[in-house]
Amino acid sequence: MPENSLAEIARKRILILDGAMGTMIQNHKLQEADYRGERFADFPHDLKGNNDLLSLTQPKIIADIHRAYFAAGADIVETNTFNGTRISMADYHLEDLVPELNYESARIARSVADEFSAKEPHKPRFVAGSIGPTNKTASLSPDVNNPGFRAIDFDTLAANYKEQARALIEGGVHALLVETVFDTLNAKAALFAIQGLYDELGQEYPIMVSGTITDASGRTLSGQTAESFLISLSHVPLLSIGLNCALGADQLRPYVQTLRQKSDLLISAHPNAGLPNAFGEYDQGPEEMASLIKEYLDQGLVNIIGGCCGTTPEHIRAIAKFVDE
Amino acid sequence: MKLSGLEPLNITKASNFVNVGERTNVTGSRKFLRLIKEDRYDEAVEVARDQVEGGAQILDVNMDEGMLDGKEAMVRYLNLIAAEPDIARIPVMVDSSKWEIIEAGLKCLQGKSVVNSISLKAGEEEFLRQAKLCLRYGAAVITMAFDEKGQADSYERRIEICERSYNLLRERLNFPQEDIIFDPNIFPVATGIDEHRRNAIDFFEATKWIKTHLPGAKVSGGVSNVSFSFRGNQRVREAMHSAFLYHAIQHGMDMGIVNPTMLEVYEEIPKDLLERVEDVLLDRREDATERLLDFAESVKGEAKSKERDLSWREAAVEKRIEHALVKGIVDFIEEDVEEARPNFARVLGLIEGPLMDGMNVVGDLFGSGKMFLPQVVKSARVMKKAVAYLQPYLEAEKLANSEKAQKKGKILMATVKGDVHDIGKNIVSVVLACNNFDIVDLGVMVPLQEIIKRAKEEEVDVIGLSGLITPSLDEMIYVAQEMERQKMDIPLMIGGATTSRVHTAVKIFPEYSNIVVHVNDASRSVPIAQSLASPVSRKAIKEKIHLEYTSLRENYLTKSQAKKLISIEEARANKLQLDFNAQQIVKPKELGVFIWDNISLAELRDFIDWTPFFQTWQLHGKFPRILEDEVVGIEANALYADAQEMLDTIIAEDWLQAKAVYGIWEANSVNHDDIELKNASSESEMFRTLRQQTQKAKGQPNLALADFIAPKESGIQDYVGAFAVTAGLGIEKHIERFTAELDDYKSIMLKALADRLAEALAEALHVKVRKEIWAYASDENLSTEDLIKENYRGIRPAPGYPACPDHLEKLTIFKLLKPEEIGMALTESLAMTPTAAVSGYYFAHPESKYFGLGKIDRSQVEDFATRKGIRVEKAEKWLRPNLNY
Repeated sequence: MPENSLAEIARKRILILDGAMGTMIQNHKLQEADYRGERFADFPHDLKGNNDLLSLTQPKIIADIHRAYFAAGADIVETNTFNGTRISMADYHLEDLVPELNYESARIARSVADEFSAKEPHKPRFVAGSIGPTNKTASLSPDVNNPGFRAIDFDTLAANYKEQARALIEGGVHALLVETVFDTLNAKAALFAIQGLYDELGQEYPIMVSGTITDASGRTLSGQTAESFLISLSHVPLLSIGLNCALGADQLRPYVQTLRQKSDLLISAHPNAGLPNAFGEYDQGPEEMASLIKEYLDQGLVNIIGGCCGTTPEHIRAIAKFVDE
Repeated sequence: MKLSGLEPLNITKASNFVNVGERTNVTGSRKFLRLIKEDRYDEAVEVARDQVEGGAQILDVNMDEGMLDGKEAMVRYLNLIAAEPDIARIPVMVDSSKWEIIEAGLKCLQGKSVVNSISLKAGEEEFLRQAKLCLRYGAAVITMAFDEKGQADSYERRIEICERSYNLLRERLNFPQEDIIFDPNIFPVATGIDEHRRNAIDFFEATKWIKTHLPGAKVSGGVSNVSFSFRGNQRVREAMHSAFLYHAIQHGMDMGIVNPTMLEVYEEIPKDLLERVEDVLLDRREDATERLLDFAESVKGEAKSKERDLSWREAAVEKRIEHALVKGIVDFIEEDVEEARPNFARVLGLIEGPLMDGMNVVGDLFGSGKMFLPQVVKSARVMKKAVAYLQPYLEAEKLANSEKAQKKGKILMATVKGDVHDIGKNIVSVVLACNNFDIVDLGVMVPLQEIIKRAKEEEVDVIGLSGLITPSLDEMIYVAQEMERQKMDIPLMIGGATTSRVHTAVKIFPEYSNIVVHVNDASRSVPIAQSLASPVSRKAIKEKIHLEYTSLRENYLTKSQAKKLISIEEARANKLQLDFNAQQIVKPKELGVFIWDNISLAELRDFIDWTPFFQTWQLHGKFPRILEDEVVGIEANALYADAQEMLDTIIAEDWLQAKAVYGIWEANSVNHDDIELKNASSESEMFRTLRQQTQKAKGQPNLALADFIAPKESGIQDYVGAFAVTAGLGIEKHIERFTAELDDYKSIMLKALADRLAEALAEALHVKVRKEIWAYASDENLSTEDLIKENYRGIRPAPGYPACPDHLEKLTIFKLLKPEEIGMALTESLAMTPTAAVSGYYFAHPESKYFGLGKIDRSQVEDFATRKGIRVEKAEKWLRPNLNY
């Protein structure tokens, strides 16, 4: 099983994860009509900005992005499904498209991966099904006047995540990546759903989790320290645990260090290309970021390394170069 | 075992015993149950905060009570504490005998929690199903020694069930061994039943067996069960808990549900008591139970006859002084200090020695929650008497040595201009004085110039301002502004019932660049005053307060922006539309204004609502249950007894006179929010009411008091009433006497009782009006309890309270009723004198109810000012807490 080989290889050498999907899509400067494609030309609501939908309407763009990352040296790419739940798709009135979006996104990534694995059998390529946090939090109230209020509950989240995970697996992913966790309770619901799904399927796939430390306080949005985050998810047999987004490689390092010290799991990191500038753009170049990542490698902090917001195939190429060395 | 809230809790072999906070448990805490039942979740959250601050490492939350929707209460409570970072930092123990409540709780917790508990009670399949779900939700699990046959009550049954549970968890679910916790059942001992004699030993031995034979497993238990037969005897119970824990920990117990305040230090248990307790726990003698029971009786008797027990008189004089201070016994203090005086080269040495040592003991006990406010005030009375006795000697010495006593600092205390309320201020003054601060008390209604002048003259270290009524909040701001203008560098302490941390942070703190700090609790005043009085710690606290208040202020400002109000026009369109017909409207038997002055205080006594009386003394709990409260019960009893005694004297010797004036008039509502009424000479007067402007749920009206009166255009004649009562006439000379006697305890007691009598009179008058005068409820027959619960028809809202926060309406009420004729008056800030007074309106419609106005916007304030014929600024001043801008 290739799934097993992902776990095996990850224990032997450092694996490269891909970089940002959103940044790459932005470069195409797509318009409303591009997002709609033929199929949704007459859809009554705006669709521009629904990047997940591009797996259906612009599959070639998505496949090419995956291809660019594999070519740059990535071992694993993430599916284009960061918002692939009913909760998130409700913003576009596309809830019912969730199974198809996830299935197609997984299928596209998997076929590009298989293409590279065939070409370079010594370096098999893998697909991780990206499961984002949704835009709602289960342990925080969105209403400052009503701290006990919750916009979403555990059961609804779990049902959403189960639907997404099932479609991703049917589409051919090698592993699931619950990522950008800013509320640990959301992640617990995702993991609860995934474990229940595995019971139903009678088969297990590796699970990776990546949390988000929102700022220099060293805590998640829901207030947990990195160590608490780790303990809160320790009941699930994970392939890896790590951190991504919000911070650049240098700000993220102390928290990755905590995970390394406190956990026996494989550790992953995919930081942003530095902190955003005044215009919300990331301007840390590939060489600069890679030199920071080199310190991670020198200290043996990570087993899986990649990039988040603002990173490009050039960043991944520069990082891969250090990993090879 | 690793658990987590917002922060991690690592329990290792090296960890000492882990304390599980138990007060957030409706089955174990009457107070918590009451708060949840009465929907007082804000206060219930504070219970959790106290537990965390008191050192709980895990928070046990239990909502198992027949009258509650346990699932809903669990979810609501866990979501609320999740929003409090200083509570949510520790892990939660979800405690229920119902699986559905446990599961609902687990779905609210982002951290790794503990489930308390599951068991084999309903068989293996159910046990494994629940255990597997615990694992999936990421929780450690307490397994009770309980199986299909029942609860384990012997050593053999305990280990049999625990071993079977352990093997199932490990073999069938691969449950992590370190996350398995056993509760091998703590049962009562000394019950008189022979089978119970080994209950403690069996627990100890089972604990040891589990720790030896089941790798990684932990042991927990609810400790207070063991002393169940000694309910009501705190002293024996505390000793039993400590001794039990001592042995259980020796045998390997890792964690337990314990009330830390109900634990005596093992070493400090008197030897004779400890011996008897351990005889029982360890089943060392045939007659162990009888011997402990005998002892318990004697301890109980001792406690009851404490007043008469004079054995302490045999101790050395210094010890006697300490005893008198700690116990608040005033009878012998003068002879004792006289006896001690020759032992000291200087009188100052006696004050700074034994007397201050005694007060330090009092301060420490109070600070750690082992003594309560009434006791402290009594201790202070002893101290004052002693110092007063020594004063002449001290003066002589001062002349000789020109020295001053070393005080911690000098604090000016004042109730601000326009306000006459001083109970809280006096309490804080007493507590600070006990802690060796020099207090300059300027009394009540102190103008800001006077405060500043005296602060400079006396070179005080801190200024403390107090106030009860709304305008006092503005007055405090003016004091802060003036201090800023004069570039003063004296820290400012703010306290009193209407003040709050948020108000201080938002309104007062920005006005004064030195320190402004809010203190609303006498016990907090000491540490704060200490750090303010010393220039070294002052700097540190200044930075801390600055950070804290700045963030409070910013939070508040963002919050208030977020709060949306509807326009006054929309609010009026959504007003309450009542049915006004013959059933609803009863024509009063008599109209006009009446005085009631032959009032018997003895009859008012039955109308007293005692709960607020205990609140005045900072003892929190509902009467009469507070008398049995585990924590404050004993002190509440003593206080209640003293109150009854003084009340007897007040009545027997006619210390106070109570008088009332009330009126009922023809009235109709006009222009939505006004109530027009006809006075004796048939001139129109207007009550101006204010309308809620918060966005309401569908079907919920935006209320104003005027909604309870029939509109003029309906053509139906309606009625409205008003009243003013006092029970404080004649109080001054008694207060003066107590002040002269240096007896703050009695002085505060008398004021608090007068306040209660005034409220009781308002209640009694309302009954009279309902049954005889207006007579719309002539067949009403309600108990005092029903009255306190407001189970009657009609309301009597008071200006300055939530439904009608505008104090200016008191002017209209006074104009109509002329309460001056019964000796009442208004100050410039519209506080009533005598202080023990109540005034308000009467509304009789069956649908009329109390409500809170909430926030209102500028358009309503402008409209209100126009209607009232006053300047907008004036209206704003009086409505400040309700403004949303």
